[in-house]
Amino acid sequence: MQGEQMESDVAIPRRQPIRWHIAVFLAPAVVIYTAIMILPLGGTLFLSFYKEVQGVEVFVGLDNFRTLFGNERWAADFWNALKNNVIFFIIHMLVQNPIGVALAALLSIPKLRFAGFYRTAIFLPTLLSFVIVGFIWKLILSPIWGVTPYLLSLVDLKFLFAPWLGKPGSALIAVSLISVWQYVGIPMMLIYAALLNIPDEVLEAAECDGITGWSQFWKIKLPLILPSIGIISILTFVGNFNAFDLIYTVQGALAGPDGSTDILGTLLYRTFFGFQLQLGDRTMGATIATVMFLIILAGVSLYLFGIQRRMRRYQF
Amino acid sequence: MNRLIKTSLLAATMLSGLASVVHAEDATLTIESWRNDDLAIWKDKIIPAFEAKHPGIKINFTPMAPTEYNAALNAKLASGTAGDLISCRPFDASLELYNKGFLTDLSSLDGMGNFSPVAKSAWQTDDGKATFCVPMASVIHGFIYNKDAFDKLGLKPPKTEEEFFKVLDAIKKDGNYIPMAMGTKDLWEAATMGYQNIGPNYWHGEDGRKALIAGKEKLTDPQWVAPFKEIAKWKPYLGDGFEAQSYPDSQNLFTLGRAAIYPAGSWEISGFNTQAQFKMGAFRPPVAKDGDACYISDHTDIGMGMNAKTKYPEAAKTFLAWVASPEFAEIYANALPGFFSLNSTAVEMKDPLAQEFVSWRKDCKSTIRSTYQILSRGTPNLENETWTESANVINGTDTPEKAAEKLQKGLDGWYKPAK
Repeated sequence: MQGEQMESDVAIPRRQPIRWHIAVFLAPAVVIYTAIMILPLGGTLFLSFYKEVQGVEVFVGLDNFRTLFGNERWAADFWNALKNNVIFFIIHMLVQNPIGVALAALLSIPKLRFAGFYRTAIFLPTLLSFVIVGFIWKLILSPIWGVTPYLLSLVDLKFLFAPWLGKPGSALIAVSLISVWQYVGIPMMLIYAALLNIPDEVLEAAECDGITGWSQFWKIKLPLILPSIGIISILTFVGNFNAFDLIYTVQGALAGPDGSTDILGTLLYRTFFGFQLQLGDRTMGATIATVMFLIILAGVSLYLFGIQRRMRRYQF
Repeated sequence: MNRLIKTSLLAATMLSGLASVVHAEDATLTIESWRNDDLAIWKDKIIPAFEAKHPGIKINFTPMAPTEYNAALNAKLASGTAGDLISCRPFDASLELYNKGFLTDLSSLDGMGNFSPVAKSAWQTDDGKATFCVPMASVIHGFIYNKDAFDKLGLKPPKTEEEFFKVLDAIKKDGNYIPMAMGTKDLWEAATMGYQNIGPNYWHGEDGRKALIAGKEKLTDPQWVAPFKEIAKWKPYLGDGFEAQSYPDSQNLFTLGRAAIYPAGSWEISGFNTQAQFKMGAFRPPVAKDGDACYISDHTDIGMGMNAKTKYPEAAKTFLAWVASPEFAEIYANALPGFFSLNSTAVEMKDPLAQEFVSWRKDCKSTIRSTYQILSRGTPNLENETWTESANVINGTDTPEKAAEKLQKGLDGWYKPAK
C-alpha cells in the first residue's frame, strides 16, 4: 500500500499551471502593435502584388516590381530617388553624427560654463515642427528676402552666395544640411548620455597611466561610446530612408529642380497619393513602399548581424 | 419653489424639443474646395445671397491648401467623410471620382443648359453622355504690367514678340525694375505662366491641342518646341536668384513694385488689386508677327459637383441649380474678378483689369491647357513633366529641343493615340 502510494506520487508529475499572466501581460502590446503596425505593413506588402484594373483589384504577382525596375521611366525615377537618398544619408553620417559626437564631447567637459544652455539651444530645433524648420530656412536662404546674402556681404563673401535651393547641383546638399541642423541634437544627447555613463574610476585610471586630453578621448572614451554611435547610425539610416517631410515642405512634392532632391519618400507620396493631374496609384505606391521596407530591412539586418554582434562591449 | 423649478424645467425641455424639430428641417451643406483665398468672399457675399433665398439650407465653405486638395479629397471620399458639395478640378481628377461613384451625374440638373459644350467638356465622360460638375469659372493667361513703371519709362504694352523683348530690354537697361517677376523654384510657374501662357499662339490653340491628342502632331514638332525656345530667352530678364524664387516671392516682387511685368493667370487679379499700390494693365501673349491670328489660354478651371453619399441630395441640387444660374455667375465673377463665368449669359464685370482679360475672348480664339485633357492620364504624367522641363529650359539645364524630346518620349511610353 505504502509503496503503491509512493509510486503514484512519483508517477504523477506535478502539473504545471498554465501561466495565463504571461499572455495577459503581453496582450495589450501585441494587440496594439499588431493593429497599428503589423497589419498595415502586411496590407501594404499584400497590396503590392495587386493591380487595379477597371476598379477591381486583381492579383498580378510580381508584375508591379517588374514595372518598377523594368520600365525605363519608372526605373529612372526609382534609381534617381535611391541615389539621392543614399547621398542624403551619407551627408548625415559625415556631418550630423561627427558634429553630434564632437558637441557631446565638448558638453561633457566638466569645466564648461553654460553647458545646460548650449544643450537646450542645440536640441531645440529637433523639437520644432519640420514645417517651421522648412519655412525658416527657405526664408533664410531666399535670394530676395533672405538674410544670407546680407550676412555674407558683411564679410565680403557675397560672391559665394547662390540660390542654392534652386540649383540642381546644390539643392540636395542644402536640404540635407537643413535636416542635419534640425536633428544634430539627437546624436548629441545620446552620446552625451553615454559619455556621462563612463565611470570616473576608468578615467582616473587612464589619467594615472598618463592618458589625458585628446588621446583619452580617442583611446578610452570613443571605444566606450561605440555601441551608442552604432545605434545612432542605424537610427539615422532608418530615419533618412523614411524621410519625406522636410523635402516636401522645402522643395514640394515634385522635389525639384529637375528631380534633384527626389528621395524615396517623395517618390512614394507622388505615386501613392498622386499630385496635381497625376492620379494616385495605390498598388504602385505599395510596391515602392515594399521596396523601401526591404531596403531598410536589409540595412538594419546588415548592422545587427554584421556589426553589432562583433562590437565589443565593456562591463563596468 | 419646487414647483417653479419643475415648471421651468418642463418649459426648457419643451423649448429644446421644439428647437430640435426646427433644426431637423435645416440641411447644412459642406463645400470642399481648394480655394482658401476665397474664404472671405464665400462667407460675406456668395453664401448670404443664397441663404437669403433658401432659408432651410445652410452652407459651410471649408477650403484647404491647393496642393493638398486632390490627395486629401480622395482620402476623404474613400472614407466617407467628405463634404456634400465637391469643387471639381477639370478633367481626369474629377472624371476618376465620377467613375468611382463618388460624384453624381448632374446632366439633368436645372440650369445645365446655361453652359456651352466646351464649358462642360472638362467635366464630362469621354463620350459626353454624363456631366458631373456644374462649370463655375475659367481663368485666362496673359501678362499683367505695372502701368506706372511703363509710363515712367515711356513704354507701350507689346503686341509682337519683337516688341516684347524690346520692352524687356528697355526695363533692364533702366535698371530700376526687375523686368519680369517669375521664378522656377515651384516649377509650375514656369510651366503654367510660361509655357502654357504663350504656347497657344505657336501651336494654334485647339487645332494643335486636338492634333496632339489625335497623334497627328508631336511635342517635338517646331510649333511645340517654339514656346520652350521663347521662355528660354526670358532667363536674363528674371530677378537675381530666380532659381530659388517661389510663387509667393514672384507675386510679392510684382505687387511691391519691384518688378515691371508679371506673367499671369487672371486669378491673380483680386489679390493684386488689394496688394498693389500702383496702376496695373494687362497685355495678351505676344504673337510672332503683327496681325497674326491670336490664341489665348482660357482654361476651364473650377466646377462643382455633388457627393454621391450626401445626406441632403435635394438641398445639394438646389444649391447646384443656383450655381448654374446667371445670378450666381454675376456675383461670382464680380466678387472674384479673374474667374470668368462660363455661363452663356453675358456677365457685366466692373473690374477694369478683368474686363481687359475677358475682352481678348472677342479677338482671339480660346483654348485650354494642352496637357490637361487625356494626355496626363498615364505615367509619367505629362503635366508634371512639363513643370520640370519648363523650369529646366529656363534654368538652362536642358535645351528646348532636349526638353521636348523628353516629354514626347515620356508620352510615347504609355499613350497610343487612336489611329
